[in-house]
Amino acid sequence: MQNLNFQQVLRYQDEFMEGLLTTLQMTGISALFGLIIGIFGAVLLINGPKPIRILLKSYIEIIRNTPPLIQLFVIFFIFPSVGVRLSPFPAACVALSIYFGAYAIEIIRSGLNSIPKSQIEAGECLGLTRFEVFRFVILAPALRNIYPSLTSQLILLLLGTSVASQIAATELFHTGTFVESRTFRSFEVYALIAAIYVAVVIASRILFAAIGALAFRWPVRR
Amino acid sequence: MRSLSTVDFIAFAHGLQWTLVLVLLSFFFGGLLGLVLALLRTSPLLPLRLFASLILQIVQGVPLLALLMFFYFGMPVFLGVEVPSLTAVTVAFSIYSGVFLGEIWRGGIEAVKYTQWEAAASLGLSRYEQFRFVIAPQALKISLPATVGFLVQLIKGTSLAAVVGFVELTRAGQIAAAATFQQLLIYSIVAAIYFAICFPLTTWSRSLEARLNGTG
Repeated sequence: MQNLNFQQVLRYQDEFMEGLLTTLQMTGISALFGLIIGIFGAVLLINGPKPIRILLKSYIEIIRNTPPLIQLFVIFFIFPSVGVRLSPFPAACVALSIYFGAYAIEIIRSGLNSIPKSQIEAGECLGLTRFEVFRFVILAPALRNIYPSLTSQLILLLLGTSVASQIAATELFHTGTFVESRTFRSFEVYALIAAIYVAVVIASRILFAAIGALAFRWPVRR
Repeated sequence: MRSLSTVDFIAFAHGLQWTLVLVLLSFFFGGLLGLVLALLRTSPLLPLRLFASLILQIVQGVPLLALLMFFYFGMPVFLGVEVPSLTAVTVAFSIYSGVFLGEIWRGGIEAVKYTQWEAAASLGLSRYEQFRFVIAPQALKISLPATVGFLVQLIKGTSLAAVVGFVELTRAGQIAAAATFQQLLIYSIVAAIYFAICFPLTTWSRSLEARLNGTG
């Protein structure tokens, strides 16, 4: 314990900063595309034709029952086999979007399904148009129900980007392995990146809670 | 470079066996830790609750991969001796499982109405007896679906042990991929094996949940 030496490791602070930025970028891009998959997927899962519903369900089950690391490998190696050259960062974003998308579909679907049918009928009885029913009766309360699970899934995505290091995408975790190979200070490196992740996660939790408190202030009781 | 052969499938079976050993060990030790954490989190004493939440915040804020590396490289630093890789990865996965199971079981304990504690107390049961005979059986039933769901999470998570060179299913796949260059085929097979183990568990968890909600 007495020979801990963080100084050597901290000399690489610029690299760590860059790694963290890449991690955040990767999270942002994957979250965006994952959300798009989630929204369209959820709507199709509720209203779509049967073959599409079966297809979507298999997609969700496959993603939920296989390790993200293996998904990453499969997707990383699928591109060369169809003749596309893709560098690690975009490949990781594709894999993580597909991964996040599966969970997002389930979250959004259950949020939309959580609105009782009687409320939709009540809205129609008040003479609201189809759009108004969707906007005020379904969407607003559904968003409120979706928000907490979606944000915690987002944090899992942030932590999940660390597996991208395994296909040599230079995010935070990969920076850690790089610095470790330069300094041989394994323990210090992993303690430091663990601390960075914890700090980012706690900060995002606080941020999400604040946004949630501001955005869902209107007086709707569950 | 050689082609994919029976040897590789024997290696996969061997790796799968270690995956399962790792899952069972981590689930067992994680379960013990989880029980302690769940009790701490539902304790009437504020410092105990805060202590357990602190551990929770830290472990849930670190990627599993970093947790694994931290213990893999950290245990020799803390203990001053080399530890076998099975021990290091088991410790990391047990702590990961302990924190998640602790949260799941805390939810189960809190879902049992507080009047049940009071009713048990008024029957003259001690605090331990109240928990053991009245609260725990009900809490267990409530948290069983989520516990099975977490087991799937843990099985998927053990694939990361491959990164520190522990030869479980994923690592067996990596070794075969390096020898045959048929990465896509091999990782698809590995994914299919994980799916074959996890999918029945997911289905079971869902049916347990439906039964609990009285819709199944």
